[in-house]
Amino acid sequence: MLRPSHFAAVVLFALFASVVFGITQRETPRRMLRYGIYCFVLFVASAVVLSWVMFLIAR
Amino acid sequence: MRYSQKGMATAPNKNAAEQDILQRFVYLPLIAGWLVPGAGHFLLRKWGRGALLAASILGMFTLGLLMQGKLYGGASDILDMLCQAGDLGNGLLYLVSRALGLGADQVQVTTADYGTRFIVVAGLLNVIAAVDAHNLRTGRKS
Repeated sequence: MLRPSHFAAVVLFALFASVVFGITQRETPRRMLRYGIYCFVLFVASAVVLSWVMFLIAR
Repeated sequence: MRYSQKGMATAPNKNAAEQDILQRFVYLPLIAGWLVPGAGHFLLRKWGRGALLAASILGMFTLGLLMQGKLYGGASDILDMLCQAGDLGNGLLYLVSRALGLGADQVQVTTADYGTRFIVVAGLLNVIAAVDAHNLRTGRKS
């Protein structure tokens, strides 16, 4: 059984979802790559920020 | 003596026949893309895009199963029904996995919960990819 950490799961999720978003939402390869990277960064950054927010609320 | 190859199963005629089927049935890339991740793009000869989509969706689905994610079936609760609709987006992957009894019956550990979400989201991403193949076929996207 695979047991990734929460962060590893977030990164894997962001990677796969960003690839699909990049390819399907843009037309040229260059714009696909840029949009894919943008989505990946947004996914991971928002997960980190929300984690800190929840940590501070829980204290 | 020269023979006409018209109507014979030669390579050029086979390609022409494949193109003819593709031209007639507009929804073929949509259905193929839903049943097998990336197949819609492969039919349209978008090899790179198809391979990346297939790798992403298959990877996400496989990781979901490896994390002991749950495959929804016979859902009665509304949230379970929505998750089952997401699972069905995986097409043949879902049907074959259900037939083989893969996936956990119940979510008991945190990673299994991640796995369940991975499987549902893989299905939703596959639907987006299949619709993209349809848009390429109809000319809405290039």
